[in-house]
Amino acid sequence: MKLAKNIAIALTAVAGLAGAAMGAGAAKYPMQMEWSFEGPTGTFDRASAQRGWQVYKQVCSSCHSLKYFNFRNLADLGYEDEMIKAWAAEYTVVDGVDDAGDPKERPGLPQDVFPSPFPNPEAAAASNGGAVPPDLSLMTKARHDGANYVFSLMTGYEEAPADHPMPAGKSYNPYFKGGNISMAPPLAEGIIEYEDGTAATTEQMAKDVVNFLMYVAEPKLEARHHMGLNVMLYLIVLVFVLYFSMKKIWKPVKEGKNFYKK
Amino acid sequence: MAEWIDAKPKNKAAAWLEERLPIIGLVNNVVGVDTPTPRNLNYWWNFGSLAGLMLVVQLISGIVLAMHYTPNTLMAFDSVERIMRDVNYGWLIRYMHANGASFFFIAVYIHILRGLYYGSYKAPREVLWMLGLVIFLLMMATAFMGYVLPWGQMSFWGATVITNLFSAVPVVGDSIVTLLWGGFSVDNPTLNRFFSLHYLLPFVITGVVILHIWAKKVSDSGNPLGIDVKSSADQIPFHPFYTVKDAFGAAVFFAVFAAFIFYMPNALGHPDNYIPADPFVTPDSIVPEWYFLPFYAILRSITFDIGIPFTDVVIIPAKLLGVIAMFAAIIVLFFLPWLDTSKVRSGKFRPTFRIFFWFLVIDMVVLTIVGGKKPEGIWPVVGLIGTAYYFAHFLVVLPLLAKFEKTLPLPESIAQAVVKTDK
Repeated sequence: MKLAKNIAIALTAVAGLAGAAMGAGAAKYPMQMEWSFEGPTGTFDRASAQRGWQVYKQVCSSCHSLKYFNFRNLADLGYEDEMIKAWAAEYTVVDGVDDAGDPKERPGLPQDVFPSPFPNPEAAAASNGGAVPPDLSLMTKARHDGANYVFSLMTGYEEAPADHPMPAGKSYNPYFKGGNISMAPPLAEGIIEYEDGTAATTEQMAKDVVNFLMYVAEPKLEARHHMGLNVMLYLIVLVFVLYFSMKKIWKPVKEGKNFYKK
Repeated sequence: MAEWIDAKPKNKAAAWLEERLPIIGLVNNVVGVDTPTPRNLNYWWNFGSLAGLMLVVQLISGIVLAMHYTPNTLMAFDSVERIMRDVNYGWLIRYMHANGASFFFIAVYIHILRGLYYGSYKAPREVLWMLGLVIFLLMMATAFMGYVLPWGQMSFWGATVITNLFSAVPVVGDSIVTLLWGGFSVDNPTLNRFFSLHYLLPFVITGVVILHIWAKKVSDSGNPLGIDVKSSADQIPFHPFYTVKDAFGAAVFFAVFAAFIFYMPNALGHPDNYIPADPFVTPDSIVPEWYFLPFYAILRSITFDIGIPFTDVVIIPAKLLGVIAMFAAIIVLFFLPWLDTSKVRSGKFRPTFRIFFWFLVIDMVVLTIVGGKKPEGIWPVVGLIGTAYYFAHFLVVLPLLAKFEKTLPLPESIAQAVVKTDK
């Protein structure tokens, strides 16, 4: 068991080093929030993620794509098939060409990815003062401390300090590297009305959208935690079984027996 | 030297085969369950078989991943996300493979350090040791190319930085880089050849592992006392004693491995690699995987040219010197059997050597930290001192210790030492 402990300590040290190695930039350290998906038994807060989907659909999606997210994935968040079909059908997608060789359009289906707001990065940049709004599918994994980072960024807009020069068209956000972010504050109290009647404060919307985006970034998180528990229990039992087997098998060796004496 | 034991199978069909192709006897002699093994191997001896197990984990998970992965710059990142989202248990296989690389290196690093402490590189095990180093080098190449495949930001920029190192080689440097890239920048041809080689090299590793195990058989396992086996009383059959001990160690190791796969699968990775590669945006800092950090620190520690004093003539530019230092850090290990000429193998009987061994371990940890920092402030100086110490350990400390160290008396035999003290 000492060995296991030593390995665990060594690994923690290594993980710590890797973490230390990544500390980057002068951005403010993200606020530390509590999330339901954290920890070994973490699961998604579906009510919150559903509200987050509403925030994404009504606010974020006007600029940010979600290219690894299919409408069908919404079933995981607890939506009925009929509802998902209806949502998908609100969009028009291009699917192949017709007999004349022209692009063929049809209403969206659950298997389609969520349509991007812009046809290409150039169009996205042109509409956004030269900055391309990043795809959000992996956002909570593609930043250090991603969930807290997104929450902090959403709620962290403030007046720039007097000595901080602000370029035109930028907003000040201390959680963003360099402080000057091209995205204007996206959330404001009451900009949407939640279907479940929750008060749409900025913090509430930021929290909900993080829960939704975490689901989009890591859709198999619950399956992973669930299987992990079984695997860990199995391995821990196996460790004990093998430990006591070893002790029993090794007894004659410890007693100094010579196994080759004829 | 190990004796060739008579391992003729009793089963008729097996005996028939054995007469025509003596493969059962061969395998049984080299890795067989009856192999007489020193009775005093401690837990540090578990890490060889663990490294072998990790190679198998990487081979199997890698072959499955290759069935779903697309080596094309436009599709690689998407295909990895498809594995994570839509392939059955794709997330499990990919997280196993990504964390498996780290755990393979953990097992191998501990295995190498065990060899350094117990003098496993000394006669008659020089070739065994050098084959191990060849495996280590092949692993580094394989891991580097594997990290490029997801085509994230760190993949792309890591590939750019590391392949550019070769441009420091005089005369042919630029040609080497062009050859590595398959063009004039890291692009689709680079990704394609890296994928091909990433699939090939593990099988080369497997081949060298077989040689490594064969060489181990010929020279026998070492042991913590570092003395030769003198009689059968010093030995026990590999099975069931070391099979159960290896199995126990593997269960513990896999429990830690599983904790990473299921609960912190991205802790050892870099978040930037979840951003698709973009040749026009350089990441804030380009950091290799943790297992390369000490060598990365050595590479970056050299910031001065070597030239003729008081003139502007540069003989070896800093960049080339850094590359030389980085490769020399591993090449020097090949000469270890002749640098450390102490007749006593095990650190157990070398009190001064033991202290310096731990200095080396600390030095490696320091270099790992330096490798992860931006080269600013005190870090370049720390890196240079760490690099100097690393080479001093092998080129100065070990040869001097071999001459002047007063070693402790060795026990007469393994059996005499172990059977008594263990009671």
